[in-house]
Amino acid sequence: MTFHITIDGRQVPVVPGQTIGAALHAAGVRSWRTTRFGGRPRGLFCGIGVCFDCLISVNGRAPERACLLEAAPGDEVTTS
Amino acid sequence: MTYDLVVIGGGPAGVAGALTAALAGLRVALIDSGARLGGQYFRHAAAHGTGHAAESGLARFLRLGERLGERADLLLRHQVWHISQNDGGDFTVHCNGPDGGPVAVRARRLLIATGAHDRPLPFPGWDLPGVLTAGGAQALLKGNGVVPGRRVVVGGTGPFLLPVATGLAEAGARVLGVYEANGGLGLARHPLLAMGKAGEAAGYAATLARHLVPYRTRRAVVAAHGEREVQAVTVARLDQDWNVLATRVVECDTVAVGYGFVPQIELGLQLGCGTRQDVDGSPVLSVDSAQRTTVPGVWAAGEPTGVGGWQLSELEGRIAGRSIAERPVAGVLTRRRDRGRAFGAALQRAYPVKAGWQGWLRADTLVCRCEEVPLARVREARDLGATDARSVKLLARPGMGWCQGRICGYAVSCLAGEPQQPSRRPIAQPVSLGALADTADGIPDDPATDPVDDPAH
Repeated sequence: MTFHITIDGRQVPVVPGQTIGAALHAAGVRSWRTTRFGGRPRGLFCGIGVCFDCLISVNGRAPERACLLEAAPGDEVTTS
Repeated sequence: MTYDLVVIGGGPAGVAGALTAALAGLRVALIDSGARLGGQYFRHAAAHGTGHAAESGLARFLRLGERLGERADLLLRHQVWHISQNDGGDFTVHCNGPDGGPVAVRARRLLIATGAHDRPLPFPGWDLPGVLTAGGAQALLKGNGVVPGRRVVVGGTGPFLLPVATGLAEAGARVLGVYEANGGLGLARHPLLAMGKAGEAAGYAATLARHLVPYRTRRAVVAAHGEREVQAVTVARLDQDWNVLATRVVECDTVAVGYGFVPQIELGLQLGCGTRQDVDGSPVLSVDSAQRTTVPGVWAAGEPTGVGGWQLSELEGRIAGRSIAERPVAGVLTRRRDRGRAFGAALQRAYPVKAGWQGWLRADTLVCRCEEVPLARVREARDLGATDARSVKLLARPGMGWCQGRICGYAVSCLAGEPQQPSRRPIAQPVSLGALADTADGIPDDPATDPVDDPAH
């Protein structure tokens, strides 16, 4: 029933319906970008699309909110 | 095609309003950014077990949602970024569709049911991964079936901490403590008891006791520690103004914090709807007894009219639906709504945010997470003469990043020493320039965003 996505080539399991952010968080990946000035790690914070902390690039697209974006089989996530 | 009614928001208020109007014969569309109906309170996973559905009215909500799906168009995964009013009085709701492309929906009438989001307070280390808002922890758990962490600390103020903590404990997380900054009475004399919610409060108390979760009042998480993610927090004992009396360190891997809610009113502001200050100082949309805003053709229900919980939201949605369909509203509905509103106001009075939190911050504590503005720069702006949040924003840039001040707006207002002002955001969601260019009607002509009409701009 589960499928996989990859983050920088590493496989992460997903239960259908989960967001990219939830799947990464569940797999112990808690940050996937760093801030512009301080280089601080960022992952989920508000979890409902308000804070934009969890921006992530999926399949080469411009960054989107990982907490809103439902994962699809084969999604490739790259961290910055 | 023009709908009789477009509802924005698929939580308890929006679904109740849309279904009521659809049952009265109106052509209705409901728009929500989520993949499923539910909003924040009735958030649920794609494959939810019947055990969960039996809880807290979720099963009933899902039945309402099913009935709505048979009678109205549901535009899920649509993010509304602007609403404009056309010359004839109709409205155009501009959205980003599921594939990111522009979608425009026309409506004769609107119901704004956009809910609320958590109100966080900054503290040292609050931007470390593993620190979540209480609603964020709830979204992971209820929306995704993900237990946010193994060793979790819950903190903040308000009754919402209780379902979050019990949900985490029941899902197998070790909840090391629930730290309620207000009170001093403990669960045995929780304000929910005095408000006819004894059963609810007792249920939470029993669950916390069963999982050996301590519930402590006049306590707060005042710092988070760690390198790449949170590894420990400082929990402080507070006086009644939230000044720190004593501290201890608690090792944990996850923190869930929330200090009440921020009503999402920006679509109403775009349309020029009048606002009032709620009990806790939050700007909310003014509505009359039939949930009409000050702009003809625009109704509002639920948290955008004042935070009061899902039952009140649903009542307001039903009243709005009747009013929109020009049907009489039963007196029993309005009386229950008025009691619910009084209950919401009482809760806000029981769980205020006290000024002592400002003493938890250090000079280098980030106030604005997006633009990475530390407290020192906010103070600098104040020293330069910025005595209101807007001037602080212009000088030090808090609130100018991706979230547009949704997260730090309350804190910046407090630090600037003024009540929170309604934030005008002519565009409510990030949108492509292409979508913006495709918009035929002129956004700059919108009265709510016209610089001439708004001296604050």
